[in-house]
Amino acid sequence: MSALVELAGIAKGFGAGEARVQALLDINLSVAAGEVVGLRGPSGSGKSTLLNLVACILEPDAGTLRLAGETVWQGRWSRADLRALRREKIGFIFQFHNLLPFLDATDNVALAMTLNRVPLAEARRRARALLDHLQVGKRASAMPAKLSGGEAQRVAIARALANNPRIILADEPTAALDSERAQVVMELLRQVAREQQAAVIVVTHDDKIFSRFDRLVSLRDGRIEAD
Amino acid sequence: MNLALRDIRHNLGRFLLTCLGLGLLLGVALAMVGIYGGIVEEALSLARGMRADLWVVEGGSRGPFAEASRIPGDVREAVARLPGVVAAGSLTFQTVEARHAGGPGEATAPSEDNVRERAGEAGRQRIGAVLRLQVVGYEPDRPGGPPGILAGRGIARGRLEMVADRSAGLPLGAMVEMANLRYRVVGISTRAVSTGGDPLAWITLRDSQDLQFRLSPPAARRAQQGGGGALPQDTVNAVVARLSPHADAAAVAAEVRRWKHFAALTGAEQENVLTRSVVDKARKQIGLFTTVLLLVSAVIVALIIYTLTMDKMREIATLKLIGAPDRSIVALVMQQALLLGAVSFTSGTALLLAVKDHFPRRVVLGLAEVSGFGMLVFVICLLASLLGVRYALRIEPAQALGG
Repeated sequence: MSALVELAGIAKGFGAGEARVQALLDINLSVAAGEVVGLRGPSGSGKSTLLNLVACILEPDAGTLRLAGETVWQGRWSRADLRALRREKIGFIFQFHNLLPFLDATDNVALAMTLNRVPLAEARRRARALLDHLQVGKRASAMPAKLSGGEAQRVAIARALANNPRIILADEPTAALDSERAQVVMELLRQVAREQQAAVIVVTHDDKIFSRFDRLVSLRDGRIEAD
Repeated sequence: MNLALRDIRHNLGRFLLTCLGLGLLLGVALAMVGIYGGIVEEALSLARGMRADLWVVEGGSRGPFAEASRIPGDVREAVARLPGVVAAGSLTFQTVEARHAGGPGEATAPSEDNVRERAGEAGRQRIGAVLRLQVVGYEPDRPGGPPGILAGRGIARGRLEMVADRSAGLPLGAMVEMANLRYRVVGISTRAVSTGGDPLAWITLRDSQDLQFRLSPPAARRAQQGGGGALPQDTVNAVVARLSPHADAAAVAAEVRRWKHFAALTGAEQENVLTRSVVDKARKQIGLFTTVLLLVSAVIVALIIYTLTMDKMREIATLKLIGAPDRSIVALVMQQALLLGAVSFTSGTALLLAVKDHFPRRVVLGLAEVSGFGMLVFVICLLASLLGVRYALRIEPAQALGG
């Protein structure tokens, strides 16, 4: 299997002089298509920094980052280029679903497609199909405030899948769910990885789902402790 | 998909309440614009209503509105003989607290102060409303009369008759008491008020001179005791003249200025005196207050938009993270600011137009004033939204991640 996410010798620090904090050091990690990788570690271990680097929000101080065949940050990358990369190749799933409260479930999913220049009618049609596929089609017209935690997270997953991304980044996706719903969400992520041949990286503290990963990467003090 | 509209629809109640508050503020600011225009128009209406091309007043003064002016009434004859003068008339001006003393129906003057009191010497009971009037004494059939009669008739040389401005609220046939004399309202004129906003009332020159004498008996008594005899009664405040269309007003005015003890102003100069001198301070005050209100509106719009943007911090961060371009974020903030301004402006303007005729002084709001103010609100909202846009553009996509 080809690697969709490749980090080689990545380092990232914040601040300057004595106040400088080395958040990540010499990170080498690759995630293949169809693979679901868990990222765990105590607070301050560098999980969020790593996620932000893969999400192209932060620029590494050293090392190489390759996403779906493109070497990011090498050459000229404008903010618009990075956003286009995220829009087209990365899907995001958040701890608190982060659905836009003023759009119903369908339009939350369709919005991601319209940002990718899909016509609204077509985007809505595809969004409803996606929601059906994730078994939340009956709630397609519901506003986020009316959805249960599990339903909202499924809609968020549908939004993450809207543009058929090759990479899915999930930040504590089960933290706000009970263990039964957490298992369902993990099963969905595994299904997505399998069906779309996507690389899935999940940042988590939730030990109930550790067994659902293909690999579990542990971070400590900015370094990979175990893989 | 218009995110601004969808967000507003989601929080419609809050948005409408915000618009109502801002609308009231903009309504007040627009009212000040209207009052500003009203002051100027009222000041000009006084001079324009007289349709005078030339004003002859006391030498060294810019009377009769800006300064006191007293000249002999027979100056009118000399003015009428000047080349280019078609007609001339003598005028007096005096502010009087009159009293509505009955007549058909009861007057409901906007400035009425209903009182019931006993009148001193006569001991008779007077019931009525106090009316503050700017009384103009004029010679019927000569320049200086009412600009137009809406109802009734003009004064036909009759004594103790009055033509009152419609803003006085006096009905035809009403009796108005001034200095213990009762005048009958025989005509209602088109709107004409003094620079202070008092309705104008026309009576004959003779009546007005008599009224002036009656209103100042102590001065007359003192003059008599001093051996000076009675005060001359044929004194007027100004002589106005209408010129032939081919006459040069400036040349005629120059001719009058050569006379000893007299000054002359053309119609344009009189208008200039009224707007630049008589109501200048009021104009500046209102203008300054309007500017302050607009600045306050701008600050409030900026704060509202900034707060609305802050409330959407996580949503904006999420939009950025999932790849929304900056222009979508800017459009979200700016469209909301412009919608806020548009709805507030519309509601404020509608409210003001509904109540403007109940203001004690005239509120002049034409299409030019309203559309100009609308453009100003548009610019204010656009500029005010920049604060929100700046905040929105500084939101990092990373803020969408984490709890």
